Amino acid sequence: MIESSLLGWVVGSVFFSSVFIMMISLFAKYNDDIPPSIYTVLGLGGPAVSLLCSIMIIYDFLQTGTGVHYKAFSWLNIEGFVIDASLMLDALSAAMLSFVSFVGFIIHLYAHAYMKEDPSYARFFSWFNLFMASMFLLILADNPIMMFIGWEGVGLCSYLLISFYFESEENVEAGNKAFILNRIGDFGFLSGLSLLFIHLGSIGLDFNSLEANIHLIPSSTLNLIAILLFIGAMGKSAQIPLYIWLPDAMAGPTPVSALIHAATMVTAGVYMVARFNFLYAITEEVGLFIAYVGAFSALLAALIAMRQDDIKKILAYSTMSQLGYMFMAVGLGAYSYGIFHVFTHAFFKALLFMGAGAIILLLHHEQDIKKMGALKNKMPFIYAMMLIATLSISGLPPFSGFFSKDAILNHLFASQNYLIFSMALLTAGLTSYYMFRLLIIVFISPSNKEHHLLSESKLINVTLFILSIGALFTGFINLPAFFGGNENYSLWLNLPDTHFHLSHTSELILLFINISVALTGIIFALSHYRQSSYDPSLGFLDKPIKNKFYIDEIYEYIFVKPLAWLSVFIVKVIDEKIIDSFIHTLSSGYQRLSYYTDVVQNGNVRYYALYMSVGIVCIFVYLGVS
Amino acid sequence: MIDVGSFFILGILLFSIGIVGMISRRNIFVMYMSVELMLNAVNIILVALSHHYEDLNGQVMAIMIIAIAAAEASIFLALFVMLFKNARSLDANFFELLKQEKHND
Repeated sequence: MIESSLLGWVVGSVFFSSVFIMMISLFAKYNDDIPPSIYTVLGLGGPAVSLLCSIMIIYDFLQTGTGVHYKAFSWLNIEGFVIDASLMLDALSAAMLSFVSFVGFIIHLYAHAYMKEDPSYARFFSWFNLFMASMFLLILADNPIMMFIGWEGVGLCSYLLISFYFESEENVEAGNKAFILNRIGDFGFLSGLSLLFIHLGSIGLDFNSLEANIHLIPSSTLNLIAILLFIGAMGKSAQIPLYIWLPDAMAGPTPVSALIHAATMVTAGVYMVARFNFLYAITEEVGLFIAYVGAFSALLAALIAMRQDDIKKILAYSTMSQLGYMFMAVGLGAYSYGIFHVFTHAFFKALLFMGAGAIILLLHHEQDIKKMGALKNKMPFIYAMMLIATLSISGLPPFSGFFSKDAILNHLFASQNYLIFSMALLTAGLTSYYMFRLLIIVFISPSNKEHHLLSESKLINVTLFILSIGALFTGFINLPAFFGGNENYSLWLNLPDTHFHLSHTSELILLFINISVALTGIIFALSHYRQSSYDPSLGFLDKPIKNKFYIDEIYEYIFVKPLAWLSVFIVKVIDEKIIDSFIHTLSSGYQRLSYYTDVVQNGNVRYYALYMSVGIVCIFVYLGVS
Repeated sequence: MIDVGSFFILGILLFSIGIVGMISRRNIFVMYMSVELMLNAVNIILVALSHHYEDLNGQVMAIMIIAIAAAEASIFLALFVMLFKNARSLDANFFELLKQEKHND
């Protein structure tokens, strides 16, 4: 049996490295002789130690199969109601931990190469490590309250890192947008937790006892709790209607987009639903609702991504679209497929972002794909990496995305929700179309621009290569029976999946359909963009898609403008006209009163003597009368 | 033997004269004399009561007050000299330094 405190060190090492970096960088303001390499050592050392600890724990878990439970301390103990600051490792959290620690470490390496010229290098790594600590806490939490701390922590770090370049007001606004929309989601999450607490708080709030006692809650309340918790997931995982922060979140540095807004934080919502599987398994209507939200989000994001020109925004919409797939899966009871897609998605999406970041770096921070073009021969290695990731996200065999996406699509079909299935299929076609549009415009379409490239960084290329291996091969760990596998990953996760049986023939037909849909998207993209990077018209959908379906503007008119108007109303009318005028009347009344009464204070001592004697006389009269 | 009540009446009369003088006269010297008059009114009552109760404490206190009044007198006179030197006036209404300026806001 392995030492359970290793679990604490997974969280602790990144947390302490974050705190140390922050302290040293504050100290460095007054001392010039602190070498910057100390930030590198701490900033990369923290995640490295976390990765080592996670590997040891997960290895041990794979050997023994018994979960690890580590109680750091008792956080609250009020008359028998105890909340422990404790961490738990089971198959689900081990699955999340494995890729978060690994991809997290790789992206830290990448971030070192990406950010080393930045004057705020220390600040960046402090927050980046704090994010890792919060994410580990979220994953490993043993009760929803610890999970909520991690949940808020990642939200905070996301905000801090989106507005990392806070000199530009746009970035600050993007950070605020992300934070505020996440607050709306968190309000739902917190309300759900409170309801859980009201009903089951006295029995125990850790996940195991919640699972054992969930049947004590009446089913209408259960539905409410499930929806409220999912609202939290909507915010965190950028689903309709709370998704509009994710594209703007690309204002942060590219490593942040790769780690937080692609691979890890945004999948926290999916993880949360999978973690509460005992709740969602008995609230099927809510599950269906989740699946529909996922389907619409996936389709909407894929449509918008077709005509975006900012390379990172395309990837942001594709992230939202892939998250939609995950929610379709977990909503319809395929928790292990959802988590499996989270797993593979982490690799290929991080690879896409890091490849995009590498291109952006080489092109002196150019993000518009229309200003790129014909870069294939200038950066062949990055082209190869992006090609692998794009093929993977498009769902072509044998890349990892194929297996996870195919499993989800099959499940959607087998669950007989054909509307969701057809939306997912359409999204799959659009996905391969817009991803290849990106790839072709950037690397193949002819361009008359001369690009002065910076030299490629070796470290960046190494990290890309490592992730590309993940994007290529991680799909095989959950090989379905159709390909002679055993769905080992799903078996190992051991989540209460809903299983539907599909005949061999229909699986074959589905496989054919899935691949041909993806290929159709690629062929369309090739025919549109091989010769020029000009976008062909999409008919009546052209304008709405280019304008992101006016969702931002609609929100502006429905929520922001009325709120601003209400604020102005409160300031101008309620505050100035009512409250202020009341106070002013009161104070000017006192002033006028004092104008009359200060006649007695005329500074003449003789009058004071008079007042005094009158007073004394009054006192004596009073004493004499009573 | 004069009744102790008569001393009270004398004391109250003197004290009232003192107060009225203090309030109604504008000359600082007269005001000071009125203050002394009030002090001595109290002294008379103290001495009368001391005699009435055959207790020397009252007389001790009266002597004490006379001594302090003498000390006071020297300070007051010095003060008046300074006041007159600065303001060329001994009119109490002239000294209104404690009065607040009227301002409108």
